[in-house]
Amino acid sequence: MSSAVASFDFAWPHEDTSRAPFRVYTDPDLYALEQERIFQGPVWNFLALTCEIPNPGDYKTTFAGDAPIIVARAQDGSINALVNRCAHKGALVCYKPKGNVREFNCVYHNWTYDLAGNLTGIAFKKGVGGKGGLDADFQQGEHGLQRLRVEVYNGLIFGTFSEKTPSFRDYIGAELASNIDRVFIKPLKVVGYHCQVLPNNWKLYAENNKDSYHASLLHVFHNTFGVVRPNMGGGVKISDDGWHHLSYTQRESLGDEVVAKEKVRSLQEQYKLNDVTMMEHKLELGDQITNAIQTVFPSLVVQQILNALAVRQIQPKGVDRTELVWTILGFEDDDASMQELRLKVNNLVGPAGLISMEDGCVGGWVQRAAKADPDAMTIMPMGGKNIEASLGSRVTEAAVRGFWKGWRECMGV
Amino acid sequence: MTTTESDFALRLRVEDLYSEYAHTIDDDRLEEWPDLFTDTANYRVTTRENYDNGLPLAMVYCDGRGMMADRISALRTANIFEPHVYCHMLSAVRVLAREGGVICARSNFSVLRTMQEGETMLFAVGRTFDKIVEDGGRLRFAERLAVLDSRRVDTLLVIPV
Repeated sequence: MSSAVASFDFAWPHEDTSRAPFRVYTDPDLYALEQERIFQGPVWNFLALTCEIPNPGDYKTTFAGDAPIIVARAQDGSINALVNRCAHKGALVCYKPKGNVREFNCVYHNWTYDLAGNLTGIAFKKGVGGKGGLDADFQQGEHGLQRLRVEVYNGLIFGTFSEKTPSFRDYIGAELASNIDRVFIKPLKVVGYHCQVLPNNWKLYAENNKDSYHASLLHVFHNTFGVVRPNMGGGVKISDDGWHHLSYTQRESLGDEVVAKEKVRSLQEQYKLNDVTMMEHKLELGDQITNAIQTVFPSLVVQQILNALAVRQIQPKGVDRTELVWTILGFEDDDASMQELRLKVNNLVGPAGLISMEDGCVGGWVQRAAKADPDAMTIMPMGGKNIEASLGSRVTEAAVRGFWKGWRECMGV
Repeated sequence: MTTTESDFALRLRVEDLYSEYAHTIDDDRLEEWPDLFTDTANYRVTTRENYDNGLPLAMVYCDGRGMMADRISALRTANIFEPHVYCHMLSAVRVLAREGGVICARSNFSVLRTMQEGETMLFAVGRTFDKIVEDGGRLRFAERLAVLDSRRVDTLLVIPV
């Protein structure tokens, strides 16, 4: 593999992944290499949902790392993921976020592609009046749009650039796949979108999701209103390779004592909501789990917070900027009252989310502080040095250490 | 709608309500913000993407003044964010219709956000679609839908727009 970075010089400075140098958040060379070795490497990038492109000819555009991607449904119903870059001059073939087309047409020089990305038409291929046009040896069949391998899992569409990526189920493992089965039990519909610009490197948000330690400490709204208290049952599951995780809580009290001793800043007993309807939870997934945050390395978060269901896609936009795209979901068979409940509970998440907004600024604070000293290290000691599941406690950074294991394995460092 | 003196008078009152709304937020008198709404009012912030596609999701969804007050108390006591202030720029206020006791009106807005460290940026641009009623001897919003032109929100949205 040819490296995007000619003078690559980076060695992991610690014996395990309980420490990471701040340089990983600030170095443009590492960012460039991540594009090649992670996002275009042996990973499944989340791209779209099947319910967003239900009909033949439907497409939407998205990103896998920096790479612009078209996800399209062909006439036979199959789903294609194509790099959104004309084989000729490299222009975006689709510049609209979504639509329905018979074929893709690059407006620059009118080259056309079918929904599978095959180059089907070249303007003035034979020139005009016998002059100009293509050489006879031009191989049209070799100049389609670059295709990704695609896999659809429970309505989620993934793409990979690598032939080495195992099947999606093998990629995340059966145990974590079962949470996707659990959440997406019925045909989905999109309730709406949010997009949040995070002033930090993409990995700070990826880590944040795997960091179950911070949830009850940073997100004060959480604790105050009892969405998640550290004393609720639950735990952290981690895939065998450490790359992916699931953090969940369920209704089972372990007693209030534990929390009181730690004097968690957020337990303000006098603070009550005027309107608690937002916090109502209609059990709909066949269990008592109230919160489940799942990551699929590198860029997907599957979220169930009460009845707020969503997928969050991490789109890196340079070494110190990330776009977080929230696709907020419901089920096709939601009635009016269920829809109302979802709209209310979604106050908790998104850019204005009462329990999620803090994640928008903490990454930026790390980014600003990290810049000055790239060789200093962030430490992740909670729960030891292992990358192991933790039942009954979420006070661990094991899943964050697992993230760095995945990062190192992809990056080859 | 024919223009009469009373229409002008009404428009001035509506413009006053819009300005009062902006000043209440920009002066950081957020505890007074729910008072600009009726008790059962609906306040939503969404994006043009959701609005144009008929998607019901709102970034902020307050059904009744109680939920608005909860937003403000969360902002004051629970949520963590870097201190910042807004400056609202309002324009293109129009009264569109009077249906029974309900005044339908709209406006354009931009919100400049200044962070504690001094950076001022254009934070939000959009339109409001409003239903306004006489309530307790004054005009109040019975419904306010703020539609942001951009799908992107920088960092977070905690102060209502």
